[in-house]
Amino acid sequence: MSAFPRAAELGLISCHVCKLVCADALDGDDPSDEMACPRCGSALHRRKPSSYVRAWALLIAAFLLYIPANVLPIMRTASLNDIDDNTIISGVVELWVKGSPDLAVIVFTASIVVPMLKFLSLGTLLVSCQRGSDWARPQRAKLYRLIEFIGYWSMLDVFVVSLLTALVRFNLLSRVEPLPGVIFFGLTVVLTMLASMSFDPRLIWDGRDSDD
Amino acid sequence: MGTTPPEALLICEHCDTVYRRRTLARGEVARCACCHAELERHHGLSLTALLALVLTAMIVFVQANMWPIVTLGLNGQFSGATLWGTIIAMWQQQAQVISVLAAATLFFFPLTKMLLLGWLLWFARLGRRAPGFAPMMVVLHYLQPWTMSEVFVLGALVAIVKAHLYFDVVADPGIYAYAALTLLITVFAGVDLRQLWELTPEDPA
Repeated sequence: MSAFPRAAELGLISCHVCKLVCADALDGDDPSDEMACPRCGSALHRRKPSSYVRAWALLIAAFLLYIPANVLPIMRTASLNDIDDNTIISGVVELWVKGSPDLAVIVFTASIVVPMLKFLSLGTLLVSCQRGSDWARPQRAKLYRLIEFIGYWSMLDVFVVSLLTALVRFNLLSRVEPLPGVIFFGLTVVLTMLASMSFDPRLIWDGRDSDD
Repeated sequence: MGTTPPEALLICEHCDTVYRRRTLARGEVARCACCHAELERHHGLSLTALLALVLTAMIVFVQANMWPIVTLGLNGQFSGATLWGTIIAMWQQQAQVISVLAAATLFFFPLTKMLLLGWLLWFARLGRRAPGFAPMMVVLHYLQPWTMSEVFVLGALVAIVKAHLYFDVVADPGIYAYAALTLLITVFAGVDLRQLWELTPEDPA
């Protein structure tokens, strides 16, 4: 594995913010030791600070909020003689039944598949890294980049509800109102994004040399 | 190791592998041999071209925010929505959290990003670092994941299809401005702005 020299072995640190390669002058035994990037002034760390604790806390919080986000209705459609509350799933079903299965698939992917994928993937990454596992490292690295890339598309349904709320305002005839589910869902998306940002993908590769 | 200047080295952000940097030819992408993450990409856009794109994005952004996005019709009544109309409607309907989220990710963050980038590129074109260069670069880095205009475009499409079930729907110019903005965002997604650190000299002479 010496074909791939690692920054930690060479006494180097790359700045998270501006990518400058700096000589590592941190005292490894003293976690309070601080060092700033000479170029952009950001704090330098060998790994993102308390990556596991932060990522777990944010992920669990996101999952707890995801439950009311799915159970509670996200949108109310009210007309003269009818009040109809939609959850995320019933909104998808409505789209599917009323003639746009393709968009139904997109909304289902953004609102259900992507958040679930994030919970499962990030959970898997955290558990496997904490165990120092060397299982499928390149694939896990790829998985992390995937969830980083697709994460924010989950905001789709939140924006749909917002636009419909602004648009459908025909007083008694027809109205759309947001319901608490959409707030929980918006917060879930923000928390999952923060969770995946807190995770340090370099942890996937840590300990690989001791395995050889 | 002490003989190599730090700019000649590159560390993979995803796995901490150290590389000696190599000049990339047009269209080339450097990938990490260990984890296959992208290290660097050559994008063939000059600073002038980038500045022109930022200015275009600003114009389109103004249009996208001022023009209505969609208009609905029901029995001769019409109702249109702009981005700010949407943000205000959510605030009034007890969804202030969503209202703030939408205002930040669809208005304030993209706006800040474009203004900062315009400022930095303007000075970079003149061969120097803009006043406030370092803190602005840091702000840009942290804003990066929090702009969501492209998600909003897809959301508008879904909203149009949903509304079409019950109303007459007219797509307004704002949605086209948003589509154009999405294209520009995609171009910028391929540019690592951190190269500005290397393209501008440390001390303005």
